[in-house]
Amino acid sequence: MRALRMNRLRTGLTMLGMIIGVAAVVLMLSIGQGAQTKINQSIETMGSNLFIVLPGATSSGGLSFGSGSVKTLTVNDAMAIAELPTVNATGPVISGTAQLNFNAKNWSTSITGTTPDYFMVGNWTIEDGSIFSETDVRSAARVVVLGSVTAENLFGTINPVGKTIRITNRPFLVVGVLAAKGQSLSGRDQDDNVFIPITTSERQITGNQFPGSIRYMLVQGKSAETMEEAEIEITQLLRQRHRISDGMENDFTVRNLTAIADVATDTAKILSIVLGAIASISLLVGGIGIMNIMLVSVTERTREIGIRMAIGANRNAILIQFLLEAIMICFMGGMIGVILGIGSAWIISQLIDMLVVITLSMVFLAFLFSSAVGIFFGFYPARKAASLKPVDALRYE
Amino acid sequence: MSTNQPAPSPSALIRIAQLHKSYKLIDADGKTIENAVLQNINLNIEKGEFVAIMGHSGSGKSTLMNILGCLDTPTSGDYWLENQNVAMLSNDALARLRNRYIGFVFQGFNLLNRMTALDNVAVPLLYAGENRASSRQQAMEQLRRTGLEKFAMHHPNQLSGGQQQRVAISRALINQPPLILADEPTGNLDTQTSQEIMVLFERLNREQGITIVLVTHEKDIAAYARRLILIKDGSIVYDGDQALENALDPVI
Ligand SMILES: Nc1ncnc2c1ncn2[C@@H]1O[C@H](COP(=O)(O)OP(=O)(O)OP(=O)(O)O)[C@@H](O)[C@H]1O
Ligand SMILES: [Mg+2]
Repeated sequence: MRALRMNRLRTGLTMLGMIIGVAAVVLMLSIGQGAQTKINQSIETMGSNLFIVLPGATSSGGLSFGSGSVKTLTVNDAMAIAELPTVNATGPVISGTAQLNFNAKNWSTSITGTTPDYFMVGNWTIEDGSIFSETDVRSAARVVVLGSVTAENLFGTINPVGKTIRITNRPFLVVGVLAAKGQSLSGRDQDDNVFIPITTSERQITGNQFPGSIRYMLVQGKSAETMEEAEIEITQLLRQRHRISDGMENDFTVRNLTAIADVATDTAKILSIVLGAIASISLLVGGIGIMNIMLVSVTERTREIGIRMAIGANRNAILIQFLLEAIMICFMGGMIGVILGIGSAWIISQLIDMLVVITLSMVFLAFLFSSAVGIFFGFYPARKAASLKPVDALRYE
Repeated sequence: MSTNQPAPSPSALIRIAQLHKSYKLIDADGKTIENAVLQNINLNIEKGEFVAIMGHSGSGKSTLMNILGCLDTPTSGDYWLENQNVAMLSNDALARLRNRYIGFVFQGFNLLNRMTALDNVAVPLLYAGENRASSRQQAMEQLRRTGLEKFAMHHPNQLSGGQQQRVAISRALINQPPLILADEPTGNLDTQTSQEIMVLFERLNREQGITIVLVTHEKDIAAYARRLILIKDGSIVYDGDQALENALDPVI
């Protein structure tokens, strides 16, 4: 230990390698864990056994979201799909953006025209009031359900239920406010949104070039076991309804969102592992630095080793002395590294809006790993010191 | 050659029989040659003896001392220390032997520069398994006996050569070993200090019965010992009384 203090600069630089390595591991793990947590949160709010059906064929690159010109999906399609034995319910959606007013307050947000089932399928819960009814849809009533962020922005602390707001200058009665849900898998804020009956939207707000056509629909399957079956039935039904002859491409796309969510979870996990692995490399480099410095130290102190052996140190005593020095460097470096890692994770989470999650096991892992590096890379130099012949060590200049 | 074959003595502290030491060297042609440094050494040293070893530079004195100190191993031959066959001992057992039975004093003092005089003296106790507090306490007492208590907290580089050698002797004595091996202990000291060190050795030998084996180049240093061993080209050429050696002087 005395030797460490005598060579402050050298020990400090060696430790720096360790500090950076451990800090990088903690930071990367916390970013990875943050991504995972965020995805899990989105998935939890997403609803189970979910399909999304979109108009337009699947492009080779994936989904063609919002291909506005394609108007092949209709409200009637949604109603027909809802009747399938493997399907629980459907929620057809037409959407756009609109200007909202309450008293002097202005707010521009996205507007979703849909049916009451949508709230069930999309796993929404009501915070205040109620959702609109089938009757509201049939009569194209001017009623609106607010997302929590929109409600907050327009009303502040006032309870919006029962108040009237203006949507593109038409008065709408607020019937309910939804509970907050947070971000979707794609990172969109799901709570800055208003929901009105699909009929009202089509006729009065968003308008519709092709009456009855929809932007997309959410479909909830009956159970997780029948998801594949449901996908086939939906596809068959839509082909039949759209009169697509055999051999022709679908003019719609069915996507299993639950499966996509699983992929997202896996991706986040892999991301975590990859980030951790990359950071571990810097820890490895730090370890090699330690080995290097310990080897130099052993060579420099050969005479000291000889003296110690002459006055009664056995091989274990020498081995432990050098191993302890290496572990000490690693342990202290690890401790500072953990603090630095947590600090920089916190700064990142403050600077850019990114979720970072630090768990105790992560900190523990970093410590364990750094101590293991110390033992691993300290062992060879220590053993080299311990296996010196006393007479050779003593004669060394 | 007047090689003195020692009478077998089972009580001897040191018994050496037909000991050889050679180094393998690679010569200019890449061939390995054996360089015999010690040849057919037979030697008994009883408890309580005070022995001086003399000989020309390169004659093998240090090599012999290293073997006596269990720091080096002979190429062949036997060495018993306190009736233990050293060749049969493990590395750990040898470390224990050095710790308990042998005190080393070197020409270059060989103190640990990073530690105070006190800690230097305490180290052998730590290796013997004593705890730090009691080691320090005993080390302090030892320094007091050697007249160094004032310098206990000094580092070696803050001490004169004579003081350093006294610290080294204190360290050698701390485990109360029966044997002290000193390879040119006065080699780096002036005449005055050398005399003081030798007086200390003499007293240790006389009062505590510690066996002392020392190597020296100086006649008046060797004069403190009662027995003289002369080594020439790796062989013992004289082993006996100081006084008789003077008569042989012209021969060597
Ligand atoms: N490790 C070694 N490898 C090869 N030869 C060695 C080694 N150590 C010592 N020798 C040789 O052994 C011989 C004896 O060396 P040693 O150190 O014992 O001499 P010495 O009598 O102590 O001399 P000095 O009075 O100068 O200290 C020398 O010729 C030296 O070159
Ligand atoms: Mg010598």
